[in-house]
Amino acid sequence: MATRAVETTAVEVVDLAETPLRELNQRLHDLTAAPGPRLWRVLNPNGAHAIGAGVDAEVEVEIEGHVGYYCAGMNKLATVHVHGNAGPGLAENMMSGAVVVDGNASQSAGATGHGGVLVIHGDASARCGISMKGIDIVVRGSVGHMSGFMAQRGRLLVCGGTGEALGDSIYEARLYVRGEVAGLGADCVEKEVRDEHLAEIRELLEHAGIEDVQPAEFRRYGSERRLYNFHVDNAY
Amino acid sequence: MTAEERPWNLRESYLYDRTVIAEIQRAAREGIYDIRGFGAKRRLPHFDDLLFLGASVSRYPLEGYRERCDTDVTVGTRFAKKPLELKIPVTIAGMSFGALSAPAKEALGRGASEVGTSTTTGDGGMTAEEREHSKILVYQLLPSRYGMNPDDLRKADAVEIVVGQGAKPGGGGMLLGHKISDRVAEMRDLPKGIDQRSASRHPDWTGPDDLEIKIGELREITDWQKPILVKVGATRTYYDVQLAIKAGADAIVVDGMQGGTAATQDVFIEHVGIPTLPAVRLAVDALQELDMHRKVQLIVSGGIRTGADVAKALALGADAVSIGTAALIAMGDNSPELEEEYRKIASSAGFYDDWQAGRDPAGISTQEDELSARFDPVLGGRRIANYLRVLTLEAQTLARACGKSHVHNLEPEDLVALTVEAAAMARVPLAGTDWVPGANGAG
Repeated sequence: MATRAVETTAVEVVDLAETPLRELNQRLHDLTAAPGPRLWRVLNPNGAHAIGAGVDAEVEVEIEGHVGYYCAGMNKLATVHVHGNAGPGLAENMMSGAVVVDGNASQSAGATGHGGVLVIHGDASARCGISMKGIDIVVRGSVGHMSGFMAQRGRLLVCGGTGEALGDSIYEARLYVRGEVAGLGADCVEKEVRDEHLAEIRELLEHAGIEDVQPAEFRRYGSERRLYNFHVDNAY
Repeated sequence: MTAEERPWNLRESYLYDRTVIAEIQRAAREGIYDIRGFGAKRRLPHFDDLLFLGASVSRYPLEGYRERCDTDVTVGTRFAKKPLELKIPVTIAGMSFGALSAPAKEALGRGASEVGTSTTTGDGGMTAEEREHSKILVYQLLPSRYGMNPDDLRKADAVEIVVGQGAKPGGGGMLLGHKISDRVAEMRDLPKGIDQRSASRHPDWTGPDDLEIKIGELREITDWQKPILVKVGATRTYYDVQLAIKAGADAIVVDGMQGGTAATQDVFIEHVGIPTLPAVRLAVDALQELDMHRKVQLIVSGGIRTGADVAKALALGADAVSIGTAALIAMGDNSPELEEEYRKIASSAGFYDDWQAGRDPAGISTQEDELSARFDPVLGGRRIANYLRVLTLEAQTLARACGKSHVHNLEPEDLVALTVEAAAMARVPLAGTDWVPGANGAG
């Protein structure tokens, strides 16, 4: 895939206290068609919504503070690092690239993501990884209820515990949890952790830069596939 | 013994007629609710229950074939930098690749483009064929987000956030295993052959305040270029329309309970939502109250079959209408030419509604290569264009008869109702009276 930004060590600083969000996003979007700065630093995000949504370029964006809804929504190629907490819908429908949050993330983090890696160093709220379609999500802390709901593809790794109804109506996504699972959702069951899964867990931990937990401490959850075809005896 | 041969002392129950008895027996045999396509089959108050008054001493008609009666409509004038410019007030509703074959989707695009109107994707993403053959293409953002990606979002001419559809407000999509082909499975990131259940709620927003922020995100991603529509199934229509306006929609699609579906539980189709007729009025009330009528466009769907339906919906205040079921029929669904083949799958032309089953002999609601190959997208496109032209001509005919130089100039005052129910729902007088039930007490 072609690199869409010029390699340079110069950092483009955008202060959202002075610059409208629209201008920041437009400049980031313009990098898809024309080369520009590779490194970006966003100051004073102050919980604004849709910061860095729709970026399609190999840039690195450092956000110095908390972000609102849909930060890095539908991200392609970019690496976005939030030095704070994130609101709902973080990296929703991400296609590729990476999104890292130092703090906590609100509900629906990584929702419907198709690809790329989402790392949350704090906790994630409800519905983390809902309808995920290929994204990898690593949560250093715990996740809330209904996480992995209808998760189709990809991997969700949780170093802490989970709320109720983990993996409800799950398809083929793989869920790895190290801590306590408050409850499993419909058609979600615990599965054997084999060598290939340990390798996968190791890869995800390395990706997230997490070194103080061991792959063997995780349990695996996935679909029992009883809801794949309608049958009265499997109805909930 | 057939009905024709029965002696007259055999009396069929109104409550337990043959369809009710057959359904009880089927349910007991199969242990699962009936899933089917098409829309509501029960009798409902509809546009047929309204009549135009036409010109009179006080109203001056336009000449039927010579005088101008415009039909253009612009959708998305509120915020979008590039609104949709439609030549006719009839659009093609969202129908998925998956529910429909690829050539059928292509035909919809060809036909709509030929007459200058839009077509719409569906729960399954955008196909290359569909984009190529649709001059104006609306990209749906559904709860499932199957196939959703920012590239297609930017390729689209408008975005439609689907909250619900008339056939099943509150229900998610459904695509049964025999239609999950390799290509459909890949586009939706699902295992092949499963009975797919789409989510009924959006995964990343809940309620009107979130919707406003979601619309903001979509505007940011598309650089404020594209109109953003919000589609709701007709239920609490007045409130839904007001909330969608408040959330920042450029246009609102209201789909009445007669709206079609490729696969839904029969109990859902027949028992949830309100008919299109009252929904139009409630939507217009909401728009007018916020001074947004004609500023936020209203597109109405659910049982639009004729130019009369089009004209009546516009007269009640819609800016455009949308068709789905009628478009499939125009392309060849339920054609008598296929009677022999319908018989082989226990159906008959005029009754076929097993669109969920994927065995459509017309090659429309199927993913089987052999059946799809029977469908000629060029001919199908031509039929769609013909049908859209007829709908438009009929609507113009009625508008001219009422003295209107644009179909949007039709108004409720041009209408009367044939039934008390329709008069109450459409809020036009019962024919021959000045009585609008619920609005005034005079008889």
